[in-house]
Amino acid sequence: MTMDPYVASESTPELTPRQSTSSGLKDYLIGATPLQKRLESVRKQTSFVPTPPQRKIPQCSQLQENIDSQKVAFLLHKQWTLYSVTPLYKFSYNNLKEYSKLLNAFIAAEKQKGLAVEVGEDFNIKVIFSTLLGMKGTQRDPEAFLVQILSKSQMPSENREGKVLWTGWFCCVFGDNLLETVSQDFTCLPLFLANGAESNTAIIGTWFQKTFDCYFSPLAISAFNLSWMAAMWTACQMDCYMATTEFLWSVPCSPQSLDISYAIHPEDAKALWDSVHKTPGEVTQEEVDLFMDCLYSHFHRHFKIHLSATRLVRVSTSVASAHTDGKVKILCHKYLIGVLAYLTELAIFQIE
Amino acid sequence: MSVLRPLDKLPGLNTATVLLVGSEDALLQQLADSMLKEDCASELRVHLAKALPLPSNVNRPRIDLIVFVINLHSKYSLQHVEESLHHVDASFFLGRVCFLGTGAGQEHHCILHRNTVLKLAHTYRSPLFFCDLEVEDFRATMAQRLVRMLLICAGHVRGVSALNLLSLLRTSETPPPEEL
Repeated sequence: MTMDPYVASESTPELTPRQSTSSGLKDYLIGATPLQKRLESVRKQTSFVPTPPQRKIPQCSQLQENIDSQKVAFLLHKQWTLYSVTPLYKFSYNNLKEYSKLLNAFIAAEKQKGLAVEVGEDFNIKVIFSTLLGMKGTQRDPEAFLVQILSKSQMPSENREGKVLWTGWFCCVFGDNLLETVSQDFTCLPLFLANGAESNTAIIGTWFQKTFDCYFSPLAISAFNLSWMAAMWTACQMDCYMATTEFLWSVPCSPQSLDISYAIHPEDAKALWDSVHKTPGEVTQEEVDLFMDCLYSHFHRHFKIHLSATRLVRVSTSVASAHTDGKVKILCHKYLIGVLAYLTELAIFQIE
Repeated sequence: MSVLRPLDKLPGLNTATVLLVGSEDALLQQLADSMLKEDCASELRVHLAKALPLPSNVNRPRIDLIVFVINLHSKYSLQHVEESLHHVDASFFLGRVCFLGTGAGQEHHCILHRNTVLKLAHTYRSPLFFCDLEVEDFRATMAQRLVRMLLICAGHVRGVSALNLLSLLRTSETPPPEEL
């Protein structure tokens, strides 16, 4: 009598539990932020040690040649408050005139309700939507568009174009990460910049949120990102320096916080950066840290204050200046796209 | 003594001592108070230090666990911790050291990237916790966790040693050893 051989059919996969979790862990551990994850997926990651982020120094992009410097001059030297916007649903560039009318009506209705708080603003206003050509990084980026509130003058003899009361524009510069993930019905313009009365920003934000099912949230800039901006903007090649490089730190102490302002001659800052910078065309975390550490130690040597124990609140260079509350002023036309690219990146982080 | 060694003193009877190292006095004090509020069978001792090395003229009990507190808002705290790490003997890192990162909740004040602290903890093969020490509830939970860890490191929990705990904590965070 032969016994049937007991065949234990092992159909379990070859993967040991460790191996199957490691691929998932890799995705989790390699990049803390989605953008880093994507940056790292380009190169084969074999070591666990999380690599620090790297960024390209903003160069003049090809598309920037299309920007008429006259037309974008009004974007410079203005303080913009930043917001991040989720993708707009069923937005069409062909309907800009219609949107102007709708928004105009909405604002008029809101003012009648008595919600607008501007005193003395009983003259008529006009809303204009227009596209901003060339404010993008790659051909895939959607076109930027601009919304302006103008005051319509009562006297017909006066100039047609009234005073600009409020300006806001939406843009997307090198927003490939976000563009990949959304469907056709959505228009991705994650960065919104506003200049003008806060009440107007609120009304317009509400209208966009209702009409396009999007969400606005204020974009705060962390001290970490401010130090990156300082390094990247100091690295920019400038023909002439318009402003000193200035940092502002806030020391949290009771009863009022103390502010420390540190101004450096821009050429000295550039010389310091050049001595720290090694890899051409790229900025690494180590270089940013070293640049900031040099500034801290120099300050400590003279004033015996550890700036590294305080909070970086504002950074100002000849290219642009940024405040942690999300206020930005762009000073240099040449690096406009570069600055917008970084801000778009921050906006995308916030949305995701 | 310039270097802290884990087993150079005899343990006290039923006592467990933890050393909190960090540049922010207020945070350390709050964490110490939360830890002391926890009730446990053993007697807890909490020592606070701004930096190592500790002064040698003080008579102190054997230290069972060192917690390095890094504030993500301040590069200064990271520099302090990095310098203090040189004064700790290598054998301490077999489960008797852990890192605590605070302040991650207030993103706009953070100047240190999370990866920087992750890298530090990985270099020293020690567990890393993130906790906003300024929020009372998080602090209480963290204190509970640290007290539990301290009791294990002091040998007051039967069946688990500091090294056991370290390997248990590691399998959930790090990839298999062949990759390291």
